[in-house]
Amino acid sequence: MRIIQADEITQVVRDGTMAAGTDLEPDIMDALTRARDTETSPLSKNVLSLLLNNAVIAKTEKIPLCQDTGVAVVFVEIGQEVYVDGNLENALQKGVAEGYKDGYLRKSVCDPITRVNTGTNTPAVIHYEIVAGDELRISLLPKGCGSENMSALTMLSPSVGIRGMVDFVVDKVVEAGPNPCPPVTVGVGMGGSFEKAAILAKKSLLRPLGEPHSREDIRQLEEEIKQAINEQGMGVHGFGGNHTSLAVHIESFPSHIASLPVAVNIQCHAHRYKKIIL
Amino acid sequence: MPESTSPLFTDLKPVSLPLTKETILSLHAGDLVGLNGYLYTGRDQTHRRFEELLDAGESLPVDLAGQLLYYVGPSPAQPGQVIGAAGPTTSYRMDKYTPRLMDLGLTATMGKGMRGKEVREAISRHQGLYLVAFGGAGAYLSKCIIQAEVVAFADAGPEALFRFKVENFPAVVINDAHGNDYYEMVKNKQA
Repeated sequence: MRIIQADEITQVVRDGTMAAGTDLEPDIMDALTRARDTETSPLSKNVLSLLLNNAVIAKTEKIPLCQDTGVAVVFVEIGQEVYVDGNLENALQKGVAEGYKDGYLRKSVCDPITRVNTGTNTPAVIHYEIVAGDELRISLLPKGCGSENMSALTMLSPSVGIRGMVDFVVDKVVEAGPNPCPPVTVGVGMGGSFEKAAILAKKSLLRPLGEPHSREDIRQLEEEIKQAINEQGMGVHGFGGNHTSLAVHIESFPSHIASLPVAVNIQCHAHRYKKIIL
Repeated sequence: MPESTSPLFTDLKPVSLPLTKETILSLHAGDLVGLNGYLYTGRDQTHRRFEELLDAGESLPVDLAGQLLYYVGPSPAQPGQVIGAAGPTTSYRMDKYTPRLMDLGLTATMGKGMRGKEVREAISRHQGLYLVAFGGAGAYLSKCIIQAEVVAFADAGPEALFRFKVENFPAVVINDAHGNDYYEMVKNKQA
């Protein structure tokens, strides 16, 4: 058994939250740079340059990349040999609250009924998973809601087949138009149950950007969907060109014989995340 | 605009705020402009409060006639900063309120993303303007805001009504006073 102190968890979550708000990870910078270098629309090319420049200013001066510093989504994988000394949930929530306060990140979380702001950007949305081993892995995925609001889930009839799933995903991204700040990363959950599909779609966003799925047929679907989206020519911020989507990430899970849930979780170009391993 | 970034947009068409009718009529969908002067901000809660005041027969905390309303909820300023990150929020959520505000004299709005039919009609009817700022460029855009003050609804935090003074703030005209829509033009390959 391995003991991890709750205070240590709070500290790394605080630091990670602050860093996620201002620093894009190298895979995201690389994808934006590649897009800029191969963009066909002059205005979109300029905007991609601006976004890269924005990332440099944000990182250097510690100004948030985007004022929407998101709802704090946290994926926690707890090794079954780990013992947390203290209250894990409280430690995580405290780390998020401190990160938003100390990082001058925007507090965007409110009660859904009264719309009164909680003032701390908590509660974070935390997904726990128990895994093998003695590590505690924490992935921070602050999610801006311009893109979150363009997400969707449907319960398809299995008879629609692969074509039905592809069309649903492409249609959602095209319908969203410039609203979610393209170029977007499209997270897709196929199968499972109602809630499983949504979690798969969200979690797929944590895959290194553009890394293909290990299953060949899924990898092909990812490529097919990305091409279908980009062929529409909506482009960066809706200004035209060949980069509406930087990547499509699909995760799948077996579903009931009567069921075919499909979830689409759209992520904006300011794709912020931070992965921590204790 | 920060010096290091100025070569990005060498062709910004300078536009003074508040907008004059003459300026509005001279602008066309797809124009890349650099805004200079004062504007007001507001987003979801700001608009909800506008509506509550108007429904109660009261006046708004500022006269929006002739003004540009920017949809933004900035992140907090750090010590020594004018404002934190301050890029646009998605505009459609304000669609419900915009025609009424334009009927009261609001000239222009700025955010990101598409507007609904009623808003586009209001823009044509009033010869107004809808612009988009660059979404997700909040750090960059904060450099183009040289003054910021809360003028109402301070308790709403980022949803307060701010007054910004902007300098060479880049934006794209989407809906012009002549009935054009730049997103539609791009979609129809007319741009």
